[in-house]
Amino acid sequence: MDNVTVVGIVSIAAAALCMAIGSIAPAMGEAKAVAQALGSIAQQPDEAGTISRTLFIGLAMIESIAIYCFVISVILIFANPFWNHVVALKPGG
Amino acid sequence: MHLTPDHIVLWQSGWLHLNATIAYTWGVMLLLVLVSWLVTRRLADAGQARSRWQNMLEVIVQAIRGQIREICPEGGDTYLPFAGTLFLYIAVSNVLEIVPGWHAPTGSLSTTAALAISVGVAVPVFGIERQGLVEYLRHYLKPTFIMLPFHLMSETTRNLALAVRLFGNIMSGTMIVGVLLAIAPLFAPVLMQLLGLLVGLIQAYIFAILAMVYIAAAVQRRQEGVH
Repeated sequence: MDNVTVVGIVSIAAAALCMAIGSIAPAMGEAKAVAQALGSIAQQPDEAGTISRTLFIGLAMIESIAIYCFVISVILIFANPFWNHVVALKPGG
Repeated sequence: MHLTPDHIVLWQSGWLHLNATIAYTWGVMLLLVLVSWLVTRRLADAGQARSRWQNMLEVIVQAIRGQIREICPEGGDTYLPFAGTLFLYIAVSNVLEIVPGWHAPTGSLSTTAALAISVGVAVPVFGIERQGLVEYLRHYLKPTFIMLPFHLMSETTRNLALAVRLFGNIMSGTMIVGVLLAIAPLFAPVLMQLLGLLVGLIQAYIFAILAMVYIAAAVQRRQEGVH
């Protein structure tokens, strides 16, 4: 295998792994947060406004982890700096 | 496929490039300023009949003010212009994606980074204005001076997170529609665009609320310390 193939394979595999693993953990975290918030709203419906605002902020914080993974994956696939480097190094191409 | 509207160059002359991000940002600014100017030209007083446009603006401003009051009750209307502008700008530029040919300027990392930097400047400005320079800087050394790098790191990363979160959400909406257009062109992209509108509004809300939470934390530190 030449360098271009190796970089291509590793980039795609890393992007897929990053997305797969990086979405499992935030999903579990969000599920736990939403379940807790629903339980709290069921217990204290009067506090629904405060609880849901805090829930939104917390969900945004948790979700940003998944978004980081997504951005890394997109960079690896569409704007990979190593790919451009390897292609530029390759003789005749 | 364009990752961001930065890559779409509408007009260029020499070193001067006008890309889609700047052009559509100007579009949003023009729309917001024109509409508010037209509506607030003749405002009705309490007893008079109001136009429907004035009612709409009052509802929006009241809603934003209510949210801010809940987070920072003693602040009054000090933070309304800043947080309200953030919310309105992001919400309008995201919602206008239903217009064909529109590229939301928030789908570009430069726009979101600029918004996050303005939040990063506003937080210490409001904090210093409220507590004084020395008192504001002293919180970096609490509880001990060992915490100084961690304070600095948390302030940097939370601004970075603000920028990347907004950019990632809007950009992923555009990307998913682009991918689905190649796979199932007829029906599926419409549903995802619908979801994109919802995500756009939620992200606008979250951006403004998080900016407000950071400002409130910087302003209220002193009161918390006294208790």
